[in-house]
Amino acid sequence: MSTPTAVALEDAKVAFRLGDGRVYTAVEKAHLTVAQGEFVAIVGPTGCGKSTLLNVAAGLLKPAAGSVRIFDRPLAGLNRDAGYLFQADALFPWKTALDNVAIGLEIKGTPRAEALPRARKWLTSVGLGAFAGRYPHMLSGGQRKRVALAQVLIRDPKILLMDEPFGPLDAQTRQVMGNLLLDLWNADRKAVLFVTHDLEEAIALADRVVIMSAGPSSRIIGDWQVSLPRPRDIFEVRLDKEFHALHREIWSVLKDEVMKGYAQSTQAAEAV
Amino acid sequence: MSRPTLFALQVLVAVVCIVLWQVLSTVPVFGKILLPPFFFSNPFDVFSQIVKWFSSGVIWKHLGITLAESILAFVIGSLGGVLVGFWFARQPIVAAVFDPYVKMVNALPRVVLAPIFALWLGLGIWSKVALGVTLVFFIVFFNVYQGVKEVSRTVLDNGRMLGMSERQLMRHVYWPSALSWMFSSLHTSVGFAVVGAVVGEYLGSAAGLGYLIQQAEGVFDVAGVFAGMFVLSAFVILIDYGVTLVERRLLVWRPTASDGRG
Repeated sequence: MSTPTAVALEDAKVAFRLGDGRVYTAVEKAHLTVAQGEFVAIVGPTGCGKSTLLNVAAGLLKPAAGSVRIFDRPLAGLNRDAGYLFQADALFPWKTALDNVAIGLEIKGTPRAEALPRARKWLTSVGLGAFAGRYPHMLSGGQRKRVALAQVLIRDPKILLMDEPFGPLDAQTRQVMGNLLLDLWNADRKAVLFVTHDLEEAIALADRVVIMSAGPSSRIIGDWQVSLPRPRDIFEVRLDKEFHALHREIWSVLKDEVMKGYAQSTQAAEAV
Repeated sequence: MSRPTLFALQVLVAVVCIVLWQVLSTVPVFGKILLPPFFFSNPFDVFSQIVKWFSSGVIWKHLGITLAESILAFVIGSLGGVLVGFWFARQPIVAAVFDPYVKMVNALPRVVLAPIFALWLGLGIWSKVALGVTLVFFIVFFNVYQGVKEVSRTVLDNGRMLGMSERQLMRHVYWPSALSWMFSSLHTSVGFAVVGAVVGEYLGSAAGLGYLIQQAEGVFDVAGVFAGMFVLSAFVILIDYGVTLVERRLLVWRPTASDGRG
């Protein structure tokens, strides 16, 4: 292995103590590495703990067992090398789009006079140059995601962690955002860990697709290389033969887990 | 409905009420005056009383005192509410210990405190300020407490992942969130500051709108009581308008200003 490992989860186990004292194991012995410059997508049925795994890589959650290494150093506290794109709206509602982007720099001590022009540049590169003075509630869902993307990228993190970032968007906007993400990523190829429940999105974006089993105690049950050529266009790549072959292959594994996950969630609902 | 029509209708309500009042208190209906002047006065007398106050200038002193008391009560009460609200929200143990006492004091009708404040602080403005503070404090306190506790988990995590220290989280996340909650209760808390001032004056003082009303009542000058009430309402409406302007300026980032009113 010549390229260094950006993220390494080694037999990470994540468990929560429930209100009644029982222990709920969300993820069992997950082993996952992301090389520098690699785009890895995690796909799994609802409730399989894929977001949990991402939070472990971010340092927002501590694994109950196993270890997390970031650039070959054990992770203590929050992952300072990572930028995190949340599924829910995470912008500061009381700041304008421009201030929301600039804050990423200001936190590091960059003077405001220097941070603002750079924030403006980032807003332009996510296509929102004309919306600098808008507050988040004046922007559409897709525009808010663009601001969030700029907010994370302006800090130039070495690792990008993304938790179903385009989940709440409509289908067309998702594809547009996917292409934007690929364009931006192509510029400097950060290590990306991208969580999604959408297999098509995962194959279209990633270099590697990792499949998780249905929870609880979910495990990683598959790992596929995606060798579609880059740069890719998400609209085009879906028409590719190789895309279809890969999709069929991965779906045959994922389908059972989705069914299991669905059955479990309905059973749980009946038990309540 | 167009704005001019609406305004015309609003004025019409006032005109009808005043005319009814004037007629019923001066013209006998079936040989009987329905609103005896001794109890109800009449609009003309009330109006001339107001004009007299303003033309002689005595009213300004009283307005000034009431305004000063309200502002002081609002500022001190808000400051205290913000500080304690923040402290409690960040220190759940402290909040849990004090919880029953906070509830107890808040359940107390604040008017009963007025005599004690008058004893402690005299009949000057500070006893009224104190009464206003006890009212304003709790409104602001509960709002700030709520605001800090209900900061969105995601926004907080985002702040952390962007590298914010505890102090930066305070400044960029907790503080704006708490302030927005405080401002959403601005109308209520400013209103209560005025209530505290006027009730305090009414119960014992030497100046202010409450004093004016109480004095008029003491000599059965019903026109004076009504005049005092009208001046007081106009005063509160003006202050409320000022608050609306401030709110519009400060809460631009809110979806709509009317949504957030507590």
